Amino acid sequence: MLSSGMINELIKGIFETLYMTVTSTAIAYVFGIPMGIVLYITDKNGICRNRPVNMILGFIVNVLRSVPFLILLVAILPFTRLVVGTTIGSTAAIVPLVVAAAPFVARMVESSLKEVSGGLIEAAQSMGASPMQIIMKVLLPEARPSLLVGFAIAITTILGYSAMAGFVGGGGLGAIAINYGYYRYNNRVMLITVLLLVIIVQILQEVGMRVATRTDNRIKN
Amino acid sequence: MLELVNVSKTFSGADGAVEAVKNVSLKIEKGDIFGIIGLSGAGKSTLVRCLNLLERPTGGKVLFKGVDLTTLSKKELLRTRRSISMIFQGFNLLEQRTALKNVCFPLEIAGVSKSKAKKRAAELLEIVGLSDRAGAYPSQLSGGQKQRVAIARALASDPEVLLCDEATSALDPNTTASILSLLAEINKTMGVTIVVITHEMKVVEQICNKVAVLDNGVVVETGEVREVFVSPKSETARNLILPGAKAAEFSSGGRVIRIVFDGHSSFEPVVSNLSLDCRTAVNILGADTKNIGGKAFGQMLLQLPNDSTASERVLRWLSDRGIPYDEEVKTDA
Repeated sequence: MLSSGMINELIKGIFETLYMTVTSTAIAYVFGIPMGIVLYITDKNGICRNRPVNMILGFIVNVLRSVPFLILLVAILPFTRLVVGTTIGSTAAIVPLVVAAAPFVARMVESSLKEVSGGLIEAAQSMGASPMQIIMKVLLPEARPSLLVGFAIAITTILGYSAMAGFVGGGGLGAIAINYGYYRYNNRVMLITVLLLVIIVQILQEVGMRVATRTDNRIKN
Repeated sequence: MLELVNVSKTFSGADGAVEAVKNVSLKIEKGDIFGIIGLSGAGKSTLVRCLNLLERPTGGKVLFKGVDLTTLSKKELLRTRRSISMIFQGFNLLEQRTALKNVCFPLEIAGVSKSKAKKRAAELLEIVGLSDRAGAYPSQLSGGQKQRVAIARALASDPEVLLCDEATSALDPNTTASILSLLAEINKTMGVTIVVITHEMKVVEQICNKVAVLDNGVVVETGEVREVFVSPKSETARNLILPGAKAAEFSSGGRVIRIVFDGHSSFEPVVSNLSLDCRTAVNILGADTKNIGGKAFGQMLLQLPNDSTASERVLRWLSDRGIPYDEEVKTDA
């Protein structure tokens, strides 16, 4: 059905895709969580109200989120080269993936934090908690279930982006789908790669949701 | 202990400024259970948040043990807040933490070591009678249990003052009574000064020794609960004590008086005696008996006969027996 070379290609593709997705998601969260927190606490009802910071950061996030990923991918090629020294391969794809995903993650984190009841923050303040203590001990732990749901959505979205990175030599399943399936009219390879992507998305989404529900102490009975 | 001096709080909103608290001065002494009562929208919640500066007053001073909180630095204020705990109508427990961990929370904030915090938290859960639920999450607790955890949590930092913002308003009458007696016990055994915000007179009656009546951001009356109850001077206080008073406004006919029974006369058949002695009938518009500080107090709204000689006779009869009364002023529409 498939040559052993093709099968090896696909296996390599799966690993490349997972490598790009997981690494970019992790790095996107490293930037996205602080950004989301800052967006939340500097908001007009936040614990560290700061209109200029909120507006500037909000603007940057919105701009980055409104640029189509493929355009972004190409537009920041010089930056990518600066960071990783090359513009081809999976590692190079991580740079635009992070740039695209971090603002998205920031908004996800911000909206998760917004779900935490204002009463809890007020209670913590009445106990003399500092803003940092409120973030670390109230906001993040209480928003955990929602943050995990957001994480499942973010990682699957980034997986989708990573397939697009195949267009510019990003490697992974996306590259296989384009190089073998699209350019060489190999429908079978195309279908298989798509199917593999669907399966990976399903697994990530399902695991994410389950962990979110399992660890939510509000629904223990 | 805690004193408000000419405190005002104005919120500037989109449709103009709203004065939630206007020039309020209050003095809460050590050991008091001080009630602040008012209808919804009277500014109670804003006022109580001015006591720990969760709301920063736009005018006036908040003195805690003689120190004006509004002049403190951020750091000093956070430290001082540990001495002024607060419980809420919505409990505000951390949903992802067990009861025990919730009680540990203020100790963690204060930098107490984990093992010490756990030990202290267990003791506090014992005090509020919830040792067996230490490992339960808030979602597994009833409303009354949640408030007990919240009380234990509020006590963890060894506060000198406990602010209760409508702490029993979400609870049923039995649970309310048990939470109130827990608060009274804490006041007595631990010497914690308590400030109770409520819209229910029965909460004030059950545990408070002093009360301030708040109406539209202004303290219209303040004093010992007994005094305010026996001779309420403000319209708001009268309405809160005996809500039937409104009915009097709409009744046609004779003058309406409010008589107050003290501990002795409430056990005598006053109205029956009055009717027999004065040979006239009075119309009872509303009545209520309450237990304040272990003494029975009753209030009754009576409509006097239209005949002025008969009504004079009734008033004289009451004065002779030393039963205090106030004439209800009818506001004619």
